[in-house]
Amino acid sequence: MALLEVDRLRVEFPTRRRALVAVDDVSLTVEAGEVLGVVGESGAGKSVTGAAIIGLIEPPGRVAGGEIRFDGRRIDHLSDEEKRRIRGKEIGSVFQDPLTSLNPLFTVGQQLVETILAHSDRSADDARRHALRLLEDVGIPAAAHRIDSYPHEFSGGMRQRVVIALAVCAGPRLIIADEPTTALDVSIQAQIITLLKRLCREQGTAIMLITHDMGVIAETADRVAVMYAGRIVEVGQVRQILRAPTHPYTTGLMDSIPRLGRDDADLAQIDGAMPRLHEIPDGCAFHSRCPHAFDLCRRRRPVLRTTGETAAACFLFDQERSDDRRHRNSR
Amino acid sequence: MLAFILKRLTQSLLVMFFVALIAFSMFQFVGDPVHQMVGIETTLEEREELREALGLHDPILVQFSRFVLDAVTFDFGISYQHKKPVADMILSRMPATLELAVFSALLALALGIPMGVYTGLRRNTLLAHVLMTVSLAGVSLPTFLIGILLIFVFAVMLGWLPSFGRGEVIDFGWWSTGLLTGAGLKALILPSITLGLFQMTLIMRLVRSEMLEVLRTDYIKFARARGLPEYVVNFRHALKNALIPVITVTGLQLGSIIAFAIITETVFQWPGMGLLFLQSIQTVDIPIMSAYLILIAFVVVAINLVVDILYYVIDPRLRATRNADPGA
Repeated sequence: MALLEVDRLRVEFPTRRRALVAVDDVSLTVEAGEVLGVVGESGAGKSVTGAAIIGLIEPPGRVAGGEIRFDGRRIDHLSDEEKRRIRGKEIGSVFQDPLTSLNPLFTVGQQLVETILAHSDRSADDARRHALRLLEDVGIPAAAHRIDSYPHEFSGGMRQRVVIALAVCAGPRLIIADEPTTALDVSIQAQIITLLKRLCREQGTAIMLITHDMGVIAETADRVAVMYAGRIVEVGQVRQILRAPTHPYTTGLMDSIPRLGRDDADLAQIDGAMPRLHEIPDGCAFHSRCPHAFDLCRRRRPVLRTTGETAAACFLFDQERSDDRRHRNSR
Repeated sequence: MLAFILKRLTQSLLVMFFVALIAFSMFQFVGDPVHQMVGIETTLEEREELREALGLHDPILVQFSRFVLDAVTFDFGISYQHKKPVADMILSRMPATLELAVFSALLALALGIPMGVYTGLRRNTLLAHVLMTVSLAGVSLPTFLIGILLIFVFAVMLGWLPSFGRGEVIDFGWWSTGLLTGAGLKALILPSITLGLFQMTLIMRLVRSEMLEVLRTDYIKFARARGLPEYVVNFRHALKNALIPVITVTGLQLGSIIAFAIITETVFQWPGMGLLFLQSIQTVDIPIMSAYLILIAFVVVAINLVVDILYYVIDPRLRATRNADPGA
């Protein structure tokens, strides 16, 4: 049994006219201790999926369908208080912008201690000792001194280390890291990723790493799920997908990564843009940009099917293509 | 920190200097003080003597320095009308105004902040909508109208509360207080509601919009993602951040409460400084007017100074951060 199972998740944001579907029929699993990368463009539904798992979708958005199970227990329909107990304690979070993730009016020590106390029976002194250990663990120099500093006294990279300390302080079994390095200098990014990986390997914590950076995925993740317009289009082992992507969108993503030593005058790019939530077309959401699109792609929506070592939602690798032809002939 | 206080102090002194200049120039430009002081039958010689005695022939600069030095030692001269020292008159009126102002401010804070927090957190409930609608009336209705309405309902129709005056007061030296007697407290209710209603609705609306603003921030979302209980997120993390601008506004409003007590004091015949000021305008009693101007300016400037220092205490980002990392 996987640690986290997301089963046909659907998240809607009601508007005056109709509900916008930000996450549509998304299923994924995270095994204990595993790093699952979730990659996609802005607006592909990665962050909303993460928010749905911890039960913090911004109202009026809501989980409109599907199930989320953590450790075999369904968590998406729990009460607010039960969800709160899971957040931090079972599932930790790291947000994108370390500069705005910490409350400016409290010292990092106060924020750590309150989080530890919210999830354990430790005494205040014990919690502070634990907080200090954590700060040392995430590599804050002179932690004994800096524990009483305010967030604004830390640099961006140091603040993200504090955020990571906050994410792991109650010993969660899963961390949802939403673009944890996007707001940081490139030189700091590798340090933060290394830190996150080390902490999770030591504790056996699984990570759901949400990013648009294929490079980060390649270095960090065991498996990767590629999202497009609120759906997962391909999922599989990172090595496999990097080497031989099957879905045309994943292929396009891979081709658009600049590589050293390759003398390309122009970088390959995918024509067009991802459709916005209110104009997702029928059929495959990618068909208007897909070089291989054919009639069926415009009419029917492909589902994830395992082809070899990865699963892709594309008719190119699907028996349905011929099935459909037969179906039409019989009419 | 010290440099900051010194800088603010210098600015405050500068402001007070200009206020003193304006207060002083009133004597020069609004009529002839000697005319105001003497009767019709006073001879020209006697007038000239008085002019000499008052130092009105000295150069302007000398007169101004004398005025400032006197003001610093709380000497504002003699009232034209009452022939008594202005300082004593104001001092005897000050407790009434201060008690009214402080009580109104406390009322505004004690009701305004919880109402603001409630309407911010539960903004789609019926009560929140009712409070927001009613507060619109509080912001837009003029003070005197609220006072008259309150008198009509609670003093005239229901007869529960007195319609004017301070009720019974007890003297402690020069300070007379109405807070220790039942009649004094009852008399305080209507005027302080009248004076505080506008501030209360202002604070409520400010707290509400600040709460809404803060609740959208990343650190509140992250606090939730850390699994902190809802009341800790709302009252520890959100409210503390939301109250920072409230402190400034409240400080500034306390100054204006004291200044605008004039209207409330008139409606309720409250024997405070504002009423004294209005009466002195009617009789062109310049020493009282200028003393009132200086005192009100002093109160506002002093409160501002305190607010600025409070900011420092509350917001760690403003404190000196010499050992801080660069960036951010």
